[in-house]
Amino acid sequence: MRILVCVKRVPAPGARINIAADGQAVDTAFLGFTMSPHEECAVEEAVQLVERHGGEATVLTLGPSEADEQLRYAASLGVARAVLLPITGPDWDPQRTASAITAAITDLEAADGAFDLILFGNESADSGGFQVGIRVAHALGRPMVNGIKGIDVDGDTLRARREADVGVEVYEVPMPAVLGVKEGINLPRYPTLKGRLASKKVDVAQVVPQAEAGGQQMVRLLPAAEQVSATVILGRGPDAAAAVVDMLQEIGVLK
Amino acid sequence: MTDTTNQAASAGTVPATAKCVIIGAGIVGNCLVGHLSRLGWTDMVQIDKGPLPNPGGSTGHASNFIFPTDHSKEMAFLTLESQRQYVDHGLNNTSGGIEVARKPERLEEFKRRMTSAKAWGIDSRLVTPAEIKELVPFINEEILLGGFYTPSVSCVDSLETGTQMRNEAVAKGALQVFANTEVLDIETEDGPGGPTVKAVVTNKGRIECEYVAIACGVWSPRIAKMAGANIPLTPAVHQMADVGPIDILQQSGKEVAYPIVRDMDTYCYERQTAGSMEVGSYAHRPIFMHPDDIPSNDESALSPTELPFTADDFDQQFEEAIDLMEMLGEAEIRYAINGLLSLTPDANPVLGETVEVRNLWSAAAVWIKEGPGIAQIVAEWMTYGYPHLCDPHSTDISRFYPHEKTEHHILARCAEHFNKTYGIVHPREQWASQRGMRRSPFYAREEALGAVFFDARGWERPQWFESNAKLVDKFPEAFTPRQHEWDARWWSPITNAEHLQMRESVGMVDLTAFNEFDITGPGAMAYLQYMCVNNVDVAVGRSVYTPLLTQHGGFRGDLTIQRLGTDHFRIITGAFDGGRDNYWFRRYMPTDGSVTFTDMSQGICTLGVWGPNAEKTMAKIVTDQSKPYDVSQTGFPYGAVREVLIDGVPCIMFRISYVGENGWEIYTNMEHGLRLWDTIAEAGKEFDIIPVGIGVYAITGRIEKGYRLMGAELESEYNPVEAGLARPKVKSADFMGKAEYMKARDEQPAAIMCTLSMDSQRCAAGYDRFPTGGNEPILTLDGERILDAKGRVSRVTTAGAGPSVGKYLLLSYLPPQHAVEGTKLQVMYMNECYPVTVERASATPLFDPDDSRMKS
Amino acid sequence: MILVVVEHDRGTMSPATWEALAAARALGEVHALTIGEAADGLVDQIGNFGATVVHQVHGDVLGDYGPEAWGEVVAQAVKALDPTVVLATGTDRGNEVMAHAAARLDMPMVANVIEFGSDELTRVRWGGSLLERCRLDAPVRLLTVAHHAFAADESPVAASATPLAVELDPVLSRTLVRDRVERAAGVTLATAPVVVSGGRGVGSAEGFAPLQELAAELGGVVGCSRAVTNNGWRNHTDQVGQTGTRIAPDIYIACGISGAIQHWVGAMASKKILAINTDPEANMVTKADYAVIGDLHQVVPAITAEVRRRRG
Repeated sequence: MRILVCVKRVPAPGARINIAADGQAVDTAFLGFTMSPHEECAVEEAVQLVERHGGEATVLTLGPSEADEQLRYAASLGVARAVLLPITGPDWDPQRTASAITAAITDLEAADGAFDLILFGNESADSGGFQVGIRVAHALGRPMVNGIKGIDVDGDTLRARREADVGVEVYEVPMPAVLGVKEGINLPRYPTLKGRLASKKVDVAQVVPQAEAGGQQMVRLLPAAEQVSATVILGRGPDAAAAVVDMLQEIGVLK
Repeated sequence: MTDTTNQAASAGTVPATAKCVIIGAGIVGNCLVGHLSRLGWTDMVQIDKGPLPNPGGSTGHASNFIFPTDHSKEMAFLTLESQRQYVDHGLNNTSGGIEVARKPERLEEFKRRMTSAKAWGIDSRLVTPAEIKELVPFINEEILLGGFYTPSVSCVDSLETGTQMRNEAVAKGALQVFANTEVLDIETEDGPGGPTVKAVVTNKGRIECEYVAIACGVWSPRIAKMAGANIPLTPAVHQMADVGPIDILQQSGKEVAYPIVRDMDTYCYERQTAGSMEVGSYAHRPIFMHPDDIPSNDESALSPTELPFTADDFDQQFEEAIDLMEMLGEAEIRYAINGLLSLTPDANPVLGETVEVRNLWSAAAVWIKEGPGIAQIVAEWMTYGYPHLCDPHSTDISRFYPHEKTEHHILARCAEHFNKTYGIVHPREQWASQRGMRRSPFYAREEALGAVFFDARGWERPQWFESNAKLVDKFPEAFTPRQHEWDARWWSPITNAEHLQMRESVGMVDLTAFNEFDITGPGAMAYLQYMCVNNVDVAVGRSVYTPLLTQHGGFRGDLTIQRLGTDHFRIITGAFDGGRDNYWFRRYMPTDGSVTFTDMSQGICTLGVWGPNAEKTMAKIVTDQSKPYDVSQTGFPYGAVREVLIDGVPCIMFRISYVGENGWEIYTNMEHGLRLWDTIAEAGKEFDIIPVGIGVYAITGRIEKGYRLMGAELESEYNPVEAGLARPKVKSADFMGKAEYMKARDEQPAAIMCTLSMDSQRCAAGYDRFPTGGNEPILTLDGERILDAKGRVSRVTTAGAGPSVGKYLLLSYLPPQHAVEGTKLQVMYMNECYPVTVERASATPLFDPDDSRMKS
Repeated sequence: MILVVVEHDRGTMSPATWEALAAARALGEVHALTIGEAADGLVDQIGNFGATVVHQVHGDVLGDYGPEAWGEVVAQAVKALDPTVVLATGTDRGNEVMAHAAARLDMPMVANVIEFGSDELTRVRWGGSLLERCRLDAPVRLLTVAHHAFAADESPVAASATPLAVELDPVLSRTLVRDRVERAAGVTLATAPVVVSGGRGVGSAEGFAPLQELAAELGGVVGCSRAVTNNGWRNHTDQVGQTGTRIAPDIYIACGISGAIQHWVGAMASKKILAINTDPEANMVTKADYAVIGDLHQVVPAITAEVRRRRG
């Protein structure tokens, strides 16, 4: 299988996220960066699929040149090839991002053949637009289902599972296909020391993307309404049991 | 155990008043409240801006292991004491530990470590690569040359130990604890002794209090600044990664089944944590952070002191770790951080009352390995005025001079020493950064004479002069060559030549690094009587050499005081204790305005002129206005202080010597200094006067005379009787430590300061060795270390050549049964034993025992 | 006209749709779009939330949910009905369908809106930790409404149903739901809806028995902190945390866990957290949604007993 995973470099914040003075970005002064958690699972899924079915995985990102870090992280987990679409300045909007990625995929496929499967995360951790993967799939004319928590390969068909309110939905999509993966599909591995060291040697291909801006334009970021909810003390000692069970019923854990 | 933190304390507000507020609930703050409560403190409030039991400071991510051996007596003592306290809590998990060598020079260092281990009574042994392999079966012994194995190395639970100490204070009703409470301000008020702590303002209310202790690690400078005080440290990154799972470790079924490995030559360690291995490094580039920039608990992905791992900085360490333990290659990097810890300009903790604000205490820059012991000495310090457990000489916050507390200095020095954390640091090693901070007016002449400058708290002091190299041929009998590079490092045979030339004719020594403090006013005499052991009520124009004692009767200082007028005294003290003495005198000054303290040091330069021809030299140029000045022993006796002119330059001359020769310390204003130098150099030409370096002043000249040095021979653990500095009579006036001192005079001393000589310096390899004076243990002929009745070990406090006595000399305290002249003992140096003889069991000098050279 | 895409599963309308309908009322006249014959019975319910017209779409590929088919329907409805705004639910399906529609229309789409300004919209980012104000340059505003941002107030009107004809390529059937299965039995730590976890405060391996009972009672599994695995009380596979398993259950019940950061990172994605701890200042307590201050050895069995009592 030839698998492409598309990831995004995002900050790894704590419980409180600070906004930069100009309101245009998250203050990342003391933050590390990662790829969105759904995408970590997508990378893991790609690596596992290649381990099971052979082939090769490629990782691609559109982002600042520092996103090299995330590409190499994917490489440290077993992804063989990496492609960076470097941009400067603020994040691109979803339409622009999708068209740049589509163009890059078209070029990659023209050179080396089609990807059987393209994986995205369900949504990015930071902007949460819920659409880039779908736009890319549509532009490529390929089937796309988001929110996938299980993938089995059956010949030319992918059986993909998605959790819904009642039970699990099963999709069967023909390859080549695009899937949006959700956390919980697997437990992403950590890089080994050797993996980390090997990833330093991976050649990261760079293609400067070109695409028209879309129709959504960020004005500024705002803090969320005070979300710090004080801990509700349900009681002291075993007498609190009734209040605990009330709460379990209220949140639907106990039916 | 479960946490029993006072539940009432979870209420929204802090109490309005308290005796003492302790800021920080890491290992230090927790142990501090515990020890304070043991010493009887009550009405304490402890706050931390983070949650409990792990508020998010450095304690929370510490590796928690203890390698007890340290070359510093103070740090080794505090580490061993702390390990003992962890044992008391049942939270000391003995794993053993091996420091491994990849390079030959590391094997030499291990010999030195064996020597220090012997001194502190730590059971250690050198091991071969094969023996290492037996202890650590997954190690690649083929790249190793050997190891230094200490079975008592342990892993401790610092969070739980701290919790127990905190709970102990809470259970006694002595302490209320407030987590998630942030300090917003520390209020001070102007008291007669300067700004004094008044209140701590938090986000949960204001606490009026008498004392504040800052024990909040990397945040300490930020908190101190709120009160107008300075705690000089910088948060710095120490990288570590937890890698696993690893089968052999998982199969052990234990938290730590295998000895901790310190891969010394790559500056890394490998410590098992259950099924995985923690790899930590001091090899990466120094990475600092400003205390104001540390993110809050909320803003941090992990914790405020667990910053994002910068993997690029660690890759080389990973490669080296795989070389050492191949299994690590397949292990997963599960947790990796840029952990913050505290670094100080000299790598020592910062303890004691801040010099800027009264009753504001610092307990900062402390590692897990020494936390409980340091908390105890700070608690004792706050209680008694000075610690009892051991002398905090090298950790005292007042040691720093103003320029040493700047961010500029802190960052430069920390950048220099960070990679020496596992380095091999010579006892005489010199700093490379922040040089040329302070220069005497003689600097240009000294530089021209080929001075090799050593750093003395910012001062550039000539250690020896290359211009004197020719004298080495003049005194060929004076030295045996130092064949071992270690012995010859930061040393020159020129020192011995300068020594002999001075004793033969005359030399001049730059002593500008001295501190001069003027004590003036109607209360000056009475005040100094209280501070000093010896009687300062001497005639104007006379001087007193005196110890200063702690409240407990141990040494706190050692200096001379000149009486310049009825109500005018001048204290002369050295560069290395100037800051501490400055603080000590100001701390105990009367608050009624009857005494004024003035630091004169910035304006005064000092030149020592000594030798048989010193008097003849000075007679040519010293005048009382236009009349020649009588500089003879009768006209200007030993210990006298006189205002004179030297070729028209107003000077104060003080007939004294620290090198055992006739002569003076001569003081003048900085701007006159160069002229003074030139005048004396010219006058001494006919006597072949030479510039003499500090190598003579501080070591060879001093040790031949058996002169004691504060911080080496003189420490708070010892009293004047033991040091041989007790005068026949005791003045009637009361003074600090008098009661204890009187007691000591009535008792047989448990140890006596002795001068020893090496009978042979020949090592097994067939050449002579030269101990550096770095705590080498004195052993019996059976090879046993020597402890006195108070449990103190006999060790070398100063070592150096005695060119005029033809012997290599050592100073050491010995118990009375060994402190007998002629007794044969041994000294261990670099893990070899050498025979020594007790030459003097008193302060009587080996050279010129009746001081005739100085006084005639 | 505001067009609301009705989210339903085989004829059962989602509560999120009620919110979208209620939100739409503030913007203008509300029409609704239902997809598939199964939704034909929803007209009255839709009317209860103020939509006057329900456009019903039927088709061969609309027998069950399918993101591409539904997206295509919405795209054609936009062309046919010319709404000024199209709203869908800010759910897995709503966001997905709207994105498919936007891709087909080559128009921008804004997900998870919480406020409709005259020319600016406010939407959530970072799962709600931050907000974004944005502008939209589009002939039709394609939006999804953040779940729980609007009250599902009723405003009954008599809605009329009208069929809407669409042409659907049979290829769209490729992403229809093919099958539905029960959730797999034997939940794992990573996927369990309830995790009852113990820390150092549990005290021993045997001390986990009451936790096991409560977990079984709630259909969950037992987890633990690093201190526990370090002490050998439980296997590493049970460890929740940075270096163990990262979990996101419906509720995380942390018993005697202080809440070290490494542990917190593994547990923080939990939808709700209940901390049981003797120390009210423990990190786990201050960060939890709910807490019981007390000894877990007493509290946990009491909860288990109460659950059993209510179940009879």
